[in-house]
Amino acid sequence: MKNNNRVWDFFASVRLAIFTLCALALTSIIGTIIPQNKPGNWYVETYGAATAQFFQILDIPDMYGSWWFLLLLGLLSANLIICSIDRFPAAWRLINADQLAVAADRLRGMSFRENWSSAGPIQQNAAALSTALEKAGWRPTSRETGNGILIFSGKGAWSRLGVYVVHVSILIIFGGAIIGNFLGYKGTVMLPEKNSTDKVFASDTSEPIDLGFEVECDAFTVDFYPNGMPKEYQSVLIVKEQGKEVRRETIEVNKPMTHRGVTFYQSSYQAYQDFLVSIVVEPDRTGKVFTIPYQREMEWPEKQLRFGIVNAEGTGDRATRLKIWLKDGEQPASTFWLDNNQQTSIPSAGRSFTISAKQMYATGLQVAKDPGVWLVYLGCCLMLVGLYIAFFLSHQRIWILLEQEQGGASTNVLCAAASSKNKSGFTRTFTNLTDQLRGR
Amino acid sequence: MTSSQLLGITTFIYLFATLLFVYFLVFKADRAHHTAVAATVVAFLTQTAGIGLRWYESYDMGIGHAPLTNMYESVVFFSWTIALFYLVMEWKFRIRVLGLFALPFAFLAMAYASFATNISREITPLIPALQSNWLIAHVITCFVGYAAFTVAAGLGLMFFFKIAKPDTPQQGDHSTFVIPAADTIEDLIYKSMLFGFIWLSAGIITGAVWANSAWGTYWSWDPKETWSLITWFIYAITLHSRYTRGWRGKTMAWMAILGLISVIFTYYGVNFFLSGLHSYGSG
Ligand code: HEM
Repeated sequence: MKNNNRVWDFFASVRLAIFTLCALALTSIIGTIIPQNKPGNWYVETYGAATAQFFQILDIPDMYGSWWFLLLLGLLSANLIICSIDRFPAAWRLINADQLAVAADRLRGMSFRENWSSAGPIQQNAAALSTALEKAGWRPTSRETGNGILIFSGKGAWSRLGVYVVHVSILIIFGGAIIGNFLGYKGTVMLPEKNSTDKVFASDTSEPIDLGFEVECDAFTVDFYPNGMPKEYQSVLIVKEQGKEVRRETIEVNKPMTHRGVTFYQSSYQAYQDFLVSIVVEPDRTGKVFTIPYQREMEWPEKQLRFGIVNAEGTGDRATRLKIWLKDGEQPASTFWLDNNQQTSIPSAGRSFTISAKQMYATGLQVAKDPGVWLVYLGCCLMLVGLYIAFFLSHQRIWILLEQEQGGASTNVLCAAASSKNKSGFTRTFTNLTDQLRGR
Repeated sequence: MTSSQLLGITTFIYLFATLLFVYFLVFKADRAHHTAVAATVVAFLTQTAGIGLRWYESYDMGIGHAPLTNMYESVVFFSWTIALFYLVMEWKFRIRVLGLFALPFAFLAMAYASFATNISREITPLIPALQSNWLIAHVITCFVGYAAFTVAAGLGLMFFFKIAKPDTPQQGDHSTFVIPAADTIEDLIYKSMLFGFIWLSAGIITGAVWANSAWGTYWSWDPKETWSLITWFIYAITLHSRYTRGWRGKTMAWMAILGLISVIFTYYGVNFFLSGLHSYGSG
């Protein structure tokens, strides 16, 4: 029934695959030339109103998500599925076929074959050839035919499945991408140090998205190369569920943190004109952290302390040294320089202060939930395995047909072989093997 | 001796080796072939030392990283993989004219790296996003693939050379001077393409894994990603056309050349004509 169905044949054809792949390759170019996902009026300004409207109709500003591009991907998937269903049974039959049922005429027509005559009766030759095959790494089976014995040995039958693994892996990757698209999200959030949030903002629409838990930036640090380029930046994140800290982890670029399926990526940062000042009073060891703006006086009334950052040195928006002003009650005020994020001890009348100050930053986080990514990775692994099998392994079959020669003193040996791939490489294998079998 | 001196010398040895291959073919001088291969090996070893030294120098400067992170370093590495792939093919298939069609690419890449005025040869520190082992895996897998595609295109040129000037058997002509039969060339084009296709696939995949670990998106359709996919489609089309319509010979050779053009655009053109995440490569 299937074979009479022209629609089926169309979708099973490799011609359609070539058409679809060409169409995908050609149309993909558009989105690399016309910038994607710009605001609507950008296209009007750049290309004129008429062209911009034409673009809008064809969804060019978001072409990789447009109906026609998705349709092409859908066509590729349908093609892959139907082509595989169409061909798989035949491949499966080939893998499991009873190779000893092959007709002698077919062996005589194979392109790899060699014929010779060997002394001795047929049984003795069959046993010797089986042993020789085994020694050469083949596993022979044999059967008596009408007027002789047929020996068969095959290798790598499963390699015929490699192509199917590749094709299915593409579908699995698509599946993972679809799941990620519908059940996941991508968001961003700028989180100042010591602040927390339970929402992030969608990358495309800026809509708030509920995380389902709270995340706090406890600390942010950035290291610089001598030339001023950022070398590494990291944030200490705290995850809180119902107000309780359940997790504390340091993330850096390329080292994200995942909590309940939501992954936090360190992506950027922003330096503030505010400072975090931490003061510990000795000997009673009470400490507190203050956020203070630049050149603004702050008071800690319980300790009769007043302080501020009166000056700062640095490059760009990055402070490297801070000048701190500190007044303990009625004592004379002290001012001193302190490197960013360093601490020092200041003695005073009857007590001392351990004080540290650092410029305040906000950490820029990318937040992604992608429940489909493991399927995508599975698909990728399968694709590589499948490609390896499809390209480098082949199904090799060897038959040896032994027939009694006239007179009965010797045996006629026909050795025939087939390889599903890499015929030129198999030529050498076959020659070596027949040489071995003939005892050369 | 600094790494840039070593790599500069490498450029000239590749030129010398290429000229030896020309000499070998034009004058049918059997001996020249050994010398040409030996020169290639010397160039390759010098280049390996140069790359290793550059690696070492970056650690000396306190910004140590594998030398695979800007345009200069990647072009040098591209040239290195072409030479390596060529030497393996030479050793495995013993097609003696292959050097003439493969080596010029290694030379041109080095010449571009050494003398182009629009790329920087400095060793620069890495921005945090580039400090990833996935990046190294990504660059290596991509370039092994690109090298195979380059040799495939070289074989494509050899194919046209062959059909334009079919050998007239001459008395006393050593078979080694003769370009192999068109069928053999075609088979090698196909094999190189298969090999390249696996590595390109692995390159795209490692790139996606890297992007996912740095930004949380494994695929964002930026121009470089998209062009690598277009290249991948071109080779997928070639593999399938061959299977179904038995596209042999000329079409395969053309596709090998078209594929390389797409590779070079993906690798080089995108940085200069289009913009996107990968623009670091233009530095
Ligand atoms: C991006 C998509 C695709 C990729 C990466 C891909 C990959 C492959 C690979 C690597 C091979 C093995 C080629 C060889 O050994 O020379 C192959 C063979 C094949 N492909 Fe695809 N393929 C894709 C799409 C399709 C589609 C849509 C069809 C639908 C008809 C298809 C049908 C076939 C067939 C019939 C074969 C030959 C199978 C055999 O040797 O028995 N492919 N494909």
